Amino acid sequence: MQRHFDDQLKDLHQEILKMGVMTQEAIFRSIEALKNRDKSQAEEVIANDKKIDLIENAIDEQCIDLIARNQPMAGDLRFIATALKINADLERIADLAVDICQRVVELVEKPLLKPLIDIPKLSAIAQKMVKDSIDAFVSRDSGLAKKVMLADPEADQLRDKVQSELINDYMAKDPSTVDRAVALLLIARYLERICDHATNIAEDVVYMVEGKIVKHHEENLE
Amino acid sequence: MIPAAARHAATRPVIETAGLNLWYGDFQALKNVNASFSENMITAIIGPSGCGKSTMLRTFNRMNDLVEGVRTSGQIMIDGVNIIEPDADLLDLRKKIGMVFQRPNPFPLSVSENILFGLKIHGMVSERNELDAIVEKSLKAVLLWDDLKDKLRRSALSLSLEQKQKLCIARLIAVKPEVLLMDEPCSTLDPQATARIEELMRELKRDYTIIIVTHNMQQAARVSDEAGFMLLGEMIEFGSTAQVFTAPKDKRTEDYITGRYG
Repeated sequence: MQRHFDDQLKDLHQEILKMGVMTQEAIFRSIEALKNRDKSQAEEVIANDKKIDLIENAIDEQCIDLIARNQPMAGDLRFIATALKINADLERIADLAVDICQRVVELVEKPLLKPLIDIPKLSAIAQKMVKDSIDAFVSRDSGLAKKVMLADPEADQLRDKVQSELINDYMAKDPSTVDRAVALLLIARYLERICDHATNIAEDVVYMVEGKIVKHHEENLE
Repeated sequence: MIPAAARHAATRPVIETAGLNLWYGDFQALKNVNASFSENMITAIIGPSGCGKSTMLRTFNRMNDLVEGVRTSGQIMIDGVNIIEPDADLLDLRKKIGMVFQRPNPFPLSVSENILFGLKIHGMVSERNELDAIVEKSLKAVLLWDDLKDKLRRSALSLSLEQKQKLCIARLIAVKPEVLLMDEPCSTLDPQATARIEELMRELKRDYTIIIVTHNMQQAARVSDEAGFMLLGEMIEFGSTAQVFTAPKDKRTEDYITGRYG
């Protein structure tokens, strides 16, 4: 029997999808702003974050309402619980895009420190992980979710590489580079944090699809 | 951001009570009830046994008139008329405001005759082919047509409980009411049949205003748009179902819906 509840779950699914699209756009535009030293693009991303915050609130309410009124069980319950958690992760990812943009606004006032090489690589990984984690949610694909989780160490390594390069080749040698180097270092850290949130989403998707908790239980990842 | 609780748009009130009191002899069963029931919405009334919810429902089509020693005061406004006044047209009222009971109570007649019964009472009988159309339309409205189209002459008493309850709803629909009152309409049904009646209610609210009294809090939460909580004859809280079930304003409502009371 087609349940009224199924329509409501579909609505929730659509809202998460919308949140995912807006979040991905925020990351993409923050990286573009960084690459092109585009202050106005950065400021737009910062201003747009308010909309994402409002959707986060609306999705939270939608989830609470669904739980209160439908007493969901099994797969329905896991779906709503997952939506609630993914919602928070997506909103944090969007905030990190805002953080990147705030550093961009500072950086464009100063001369270019160095051509960007590893940060764009790291951002490409972050964007792919976020996209794949959302796709995994949408298509209930725990295999794809597990691939996202396996990509995370690469992001950590790149972040470490960027960090040591900025410290050893710039800050240690020339104190006048410190403010710019710190901004870039923070950006690398934000990107790595985005990857962590994508990993969280992926872990939640595995739980949603398989009912297995893989977070802090790597042994369950088979 | 508008909270979900406030987001649903209120519609025209179909029934409005003001200062409604009711006594059974010395016992006051309704105390100054003020409530408004919105058009094309499902409103659920919840509360412990004896809180007055069924009594209130029964005032809306003056069913309590049948009980000896009943006195009512205040207002129940329906289409601009205070229907508790002694000169209210009861036949017209009961055509406008139909009631479905806890136990399905079809007449010991055929399926068709059950549906056409109200039309005859109300002098709405028309041409033969028109009657057939009404039977078909009413059964379709309650999702029974496919099951019963070849069994229209069969006794309604031979139907399953779920079919009987749907037939009782079809019987009301045939006389084109405005409001359907439902007093624990699913309490004799199993969970699957209950779910199907709830889906039916969602279909029916497009054309009718529905007020349901239920002990089943989960059902009220699932099916209604607005909800009222009654206790000891008083309407303690009334609001959107989302608000009442996620953030009740009154501690007594919270205690009841979380199972701490009653």
